[in-house]
Amino acid sequence: MNAIYQALADIVDAEHVSDRPEELYIYSFDLGTAEPHRPDYVVAPRTTGQVREIVRLANREKVPVVPLGGGLSLAGLAVPLKGGILIDLKRMDRILEVNEKGRYAVLECGVSQGQLTSYLAAHHPGLTHSEPGAPPAATVAGNALIHGQGDLAQPYGFNSDQVNGLEVVLPTGEVCRFGSCAIGASWFTNHPLPDVGLFFGWCGTTGLITKLSIRLYPAKRIRGVGQFVVEDEELVPEIIGRVTGTQMAEDVIAYSRAIPPFGLGLQHFTVNIAANSEKELEFKQELIWDDALGEYIRRGDGGYLGFTRGLEHPQISKTSDYKKGGGFEYVGSIMPIEKYPECYRRGREISERHDIPYTVTGRCVGVGHSMMFAWTYAFNRADPETMRQAREALHETDDLVLELGGVIWKPGTYGQQLILGRLDPGTRALMRRIKEVLDPGGIMNPGNWEGI
Amino acid sequence: MPLDTYEFNDVIHRCFRCGYCKFPTNWMDVNNCPPYARFRMESYSCGGRLWLTRAWLNETLEWSEHLAEILYSCTTCRNCEVKCPLSFNVDIVNMVVAARSEMIERGKVPPAVRRFLENIDLHGNPYGSARSRRDSWMQGTDIERYEGQEYLYYVGCTGSYDTRAQRSARALATLLGKAGASFGVLGNHENCDGNEVHKLGEAGLFEMLAQDNIERFKALGAKKIVTLSPHAYNAMKNLYPLYGGDFQVFHYTELLYELFKEGKLDVSNGFDARLTYHDPCFLGRWNDGYETPRRLLAAVPSLRLAEMEKSRDAALCCGGGAGNFEIDLLGGGDSSPARRRVRHAAETGATVLAVACPKCLVMLEDALKAEELEEKLAVRDIAEILAEAGGIR
Repeated sequence: MNAIYQALADIVDAEHVSDRPEELYIYSFDLGTAEPHRPDYVVAPRTTGQVREIVRLANREKVPVVPLGGGLSLAGLAVPLKGGILIDLKRMDRILEVNEKGRYAVLECGVSQGQLTSYLAAHHPGLTHSEPGAPPAATVAGNALIHGQGDLAQPYGFNSDQVNGLEVVLPTGEVCRFGSCAIGASWFTNHPLPDVGLFFGWCGTTGLITKLSIRLYPAKRIRGVGQFVVEDEELVPEIIGRVTGTQMAEDVIAYSRAIPPFGLGLQHFTVNIAANSEKELEFKQELIWDDALGEYIRRGDGGYLGFTRGLEHPQISKTSDYKKGGGFEYVGSIMPIEKYPECYRRGREISERHDIPYTVTGRCVGVGHSMMFAWTYAFNRADPETMRQAREALHETDDLVLELGGVIWKPGTYGQQLILGRLDPGTRALMRRIKEVLDPGGIMNPGNWEGI
Repeated sequence: MPLDTYEFNDVIHRCFRCGYCKFPTNWMDVNNCPPYARFRMESYSCGGRLWLTRAWLNETLEWSEHLAEILYSCTTCRNCEVKCPLSFNVDIVNMVVAARSEMIERGKVPPAVRRFLENIDLHGNPYGSARSRRDSWMQGTDIERYEGQEYLYYVGCTGSYDTRAQRSARALATLLGKAGASFGVLGNHENCDGNEVHKLGEAGLFEMLAQDNIERFKALGAKKIVTLSPHAYNAMKNLYPLYGGDFQVFHYTELLYELFKEGKLDVSNGFDARLTYHDPCFLGRWNDGYETPRRLLAAVPSLRLAEMEKSRDAALCCGGGAGNFEIDLLGGGDSSPARRRVRHAAETGATVLAVACPKCLVMLEDALKAEELEEKLAVRDIAEILAEAGGIR
């Protein structure tokens, strides 16, 4: 029997390690357009100790290690580009602590968004977390590590900004903790110890996160979504500015899409509002719809489409079935809000050039500080030509992000290389030194941030 | 075989593998797909199965026994169909069954599946027991043979042969008799209902079984059939009409509830216990039979019903569906669906786990032993509980 396989089976157990074609096939894919690459082994550990032993084994054997959470980044970040051991971390799915007074939760890395949402609703209904628009199987840790954003992004920013602490298995097998937990205190804050933020945005190339603490927020009794629409995309930045200026919204999203056809060319807004009383709700609605946006309505530039009580938690996405094709991928970017009109126009052009109905979305992050702007391209998984078109459109869009002055969010390998090509030489050198120190064997998710 | 002959060729690629199918209705974990809960590898998830099926049919992946086991580990519990938000969700189980049919067409099935089907073909039951022993469950009783009574009581393979399930089969017969229901059984003339055969993808054998049963039922003049097992209930209610078998089919809980409403079912002795109820997939998700069993239990004095966190359409399958109660591709280990399920039951503080399916009964009682929960919890069929509440020992 293969020595590495046997060693993995000894670390975990035979049922949770495989080198059989079926597992290697399934774990070779991203759900987007990235080309598949097969791992040599798949292993699903249950504990930090097992992760540590797997990483040590990989170091000894000089075998790549690819960490996988929910596998829903759609950017190919967990495709084993150079084979090796794919570590499926979803068995590490315990919610270790919810601290009501300190408003934080300590989670193992495999806890899914849906699991946390359900757990809080059942056991801590006064608390919520910033849930991303990803399917509920996406992991909380994975989303934080790629600088994801959720439905509380407007008041509280990126999900990576809401991390209070981490437990990390380094590429050489040591286990480290960051934040207040590192000195034996509870997991209540990430500050004020020296900043060693070496793991966010690194695409799993500097270590494996096994635990994290995230901030929770008050879950108001009434939550709902209001909708607004304008035709002129040039109005979108100032509308976002006015809505966020009220500081009354939990989530502000602008979007436009070709399907359904009546929405073609229109710019829709969803504004999530939460309140503990009817009085509070009425007050907030008045500030947003009357004071901030009333002028657009009176001028005939915009329309208020109503307020629906209740938020879908977790959110249900049907995007993958737009073409009855089982696939979509998007380029996400972090972009100045003022760029919305150009992002919309240029994205629409790219879509139409590739014969793909356009879908663009901008979610406000912070009080108008930036937005996550995404261009979505659906494809038919059974039709290689539509996949090729989508891939080309995605690459064009990666180029466009940088051209427009944005930053590619969770870049795949193509986007990573574009970024490296523009990266400040000093920054790039520092990243290279960090990588060399942390991962001298170069085993962590190789192929990502390649050639730093 | 090229993909274009596969019945769901134009659908199967639409699965995105977003993972909704792993969750129960309340999203509390990703352990509601039985094979995924058991192995926690993406290959065993619903999406994994569909992608592997497509790869096999596309000849990207060769057939292997492991591939077949992955496909046959699906219990057809329909949790995936409940949770998938996309319009093709109604065909998810059909896609799996059609893929199994393709494997059978090529003679490529796991040995346990082959034995299961052979036994049914040869002996009329999956256990390989003689047809002449099918009536052993009713030995020593005065249960009548079916001769035109109002109801044909169809016991099924598990109630007929499994010693634990036989007790529930007898309890139901006694209850029906005491309630004055007019019924009879087929004894050794009963044949397998074929529900599992259908779900295993053996369409030809299923058709033979269905036609054999339909002809027998018709020849005997049966109009109303009451089944012990939700599996038989499903086959006779939803599949037999496709072959001309238009009978009025009842799961036994439906008939008992009617008898209760008519004042014929005596449960006045009560059942003093905190009890939780496990929804069988083929009664619940397949036939929307969530409320009647609960109404029956609620009618029993002193019985306190405590729901598990996963109940009704969120219930975790016991792992026995689509032949897995015998093929056993999900058994062993503390992550087996049955062992997970008895832990769910124990968490409610109940002392009794009620079931309405002989397969669930056997699966969960075995799991109880493996979990060493026997002193805290007992698995009882609703028929047994009602019999006790009616003073029948």
